[in-house]
Amino acid sequence: MDHLVMETPERTVMERMEQGTAPPPEAETPAACTFEVKNLSIWYGEKRAIDNVTLGVASNAVTAIIGPSGCGKSTFLRALNRMHELTPRTRMEGTVLLNGDDLYSSTTDPAIVRRRVGMIFQKSNPFPTMTIGENVVIGLRLNGVRNQKFLNERLEKSLRMAALWDEVKDDLHKPGTSLSGGQQQRLCIARALAVEPEVILMDEPCSALDPIATAKIEELIHELKAKYTIVTVTHNMQQAGRISDYTAFMYLGRLIEFGPTTKIFTNPTEKQTEDYITGRFG
Amino acid sequence: MKTKRSGNYTWRKIKSALASAIAFISAVLVIAPLGLVFFHLVVNGASSLNWDFFTKLPAPVGAVGGGMANAIVGSLELLALAGAIGIPIGVLGGVYLAEYGSARINSVLRFLADVLNGVPSITWGVVVYGMVVLRFKGFSTYAGGLALGLIMIPLILRTTEEVILLVPNGYREAALALGVSRWKTIVHIVMKTASKGIITGILLALARVGGETAPLLFTAFGNRFWNHSLSQPIAALPLQIFTYAISPYDDWHRQAWAGALVLVTGVFCVNILVRILTRGHTASVV
Repeated sequence: MDHLVMETPERTVMERMEQGTAPPPEAETPAACTFEVKNLSIWYGEKRAIDNVTLGVASNAVTAIIGPSGCGKSTFLRALNRMHELTPRTRMEGTVLLNGDDLYSSTTDPAIVRRRVGMIFQKSNPFPTMTIGENVVIGLRLNGVRNQKFLNERLEKSLRMAALWDEVKDDLHKPGTSLSGGQQQRLCIARALAVEPEVILMDEPCSALDPIATAKIEELIHELKAKYTIVTVTHNMQQAGRISDYTAFMYLGRLIEFGPTTKIFTNPTEKQTEDYITGRFG
Repeated sequence: MKTKRSGNYTWRKIKSALASAIAFISAVLVIAPLGLVFFHLVVNGASSLNWDFFTKLPAPVGAVGGGMANAIVGSLELLALAGAIGIPIGVLGGVYLAEYGSARINSVLRFLADVLNGVPSITWGVVVYGMVVLRFKGFSTYAGGLALGLIMIPLILRTTEEVILLVPNGYREAALALGVSRWKTIVHIVMKTASKGIITGILLALARVGGETAPLLFTAFGNRFWNHSLSQPIAALPLQIFTYAISPYDDWHRQAWAGALVLVTGVFCVNILVRILTRGHTASVV
């Protein structure tokens, strides 16, 4: 759990300001990119939610998106698996490449995009009519997988990866909603992992959880990044500092600053980033 | 600070007590008719309820005994036909209103469905009489089933729409985010989550049309014998009650009371079934 006890970002910035020294510069852009977002703009009706954002999401790393409420961070996240299209009257410009494939080409099926890019939501949402086991394999089942042996294997594998297997292995037939809040969120992670996505998007996955459940999810995120690319939105600056390798700061739909988390939290280039991180606004 | 009770306070207390009393009396007045109806049905009808009532055809005028077996079976047949028409169209229409369609078209459809819900049921009988009975030159089970089915459509449509809208968006998003297609999400996640509410709507609609008499008067028409073909007139419990109740014979009046008791008990059972369903044991949102 050593990654959980990183210095809080407030302190590091304060120290830097007291000492008047800057930490050594680090690489600005990630080496291998899972997502390449170029000049992305998104409108809801007349309102521009995302304004010309360009960034690369590093493979097998955690990228955190921070910023005040309404800055477009959730919209940006949802644009990475085309979930924002569920809102009526949306319009987008720019390109999003997932490992080189254009997610928004006219021949791309959004369902296929979402199979490759899983998503965890702020409020855990296991299907209320299904058992724990059914919840995990429902994605495979509805996508046509019938082989029971394969489903059982994937069920156990996904629950193990979500660090939930030991807690629920004897209760697989119980309703998914009978679990505690933190367990439900891990069940949702297992459900997303079962369809074997390449990327996992998390929209404030811990904001409804208590500190212990939060710590478990954060630990899980740390383990999952060995296999997956993770993009997470968070309101919690300490959390962004603890779990992420890269941080993007957004404000009013624009990407203000993007770079390695250590740099963003200790030596931000932009004044707005520093003001936000030190709690002067937002 | 003034804490003394003024005359104003006394007057406020009186007003409050008055309002409570009026509300209580209104509540009693709401429940009283149900108790009265049931009491009368039991007093007048229970004596005629026997095995023959459920197994025998109506007796000829003057003969003692006989039953309403054909009317009970006829009502069930008509409800099956009505359900075959009203349930799929109503449910799918409700799904369309809740999940698809533009806001403007939907508000028009919703308004039309509400207007249809307010159309007097005899109007449906007249419409089906013109559409089916005149064209095929005869009263028939089909016509009766169609009339009842048409009444069910807007009822089921609106309840289905409402319970589907109650399903939190999070479940739709969760399924779509797994790469599940839209229609599979609607059928396997949304409708499954709302299934209790949808079934409740269907049962209530069946209970409602099960007691309808007017739309059957010139469609199913009624029949004193067993119906052997769907293109022939058929007996129905409400029709039989109507015929017997306006007849001049005391014996028939008693049979009408018994028929009404059976009908009300049936509707009552459906409502209890609905209550059991909606209470539910598994965690469901609707």
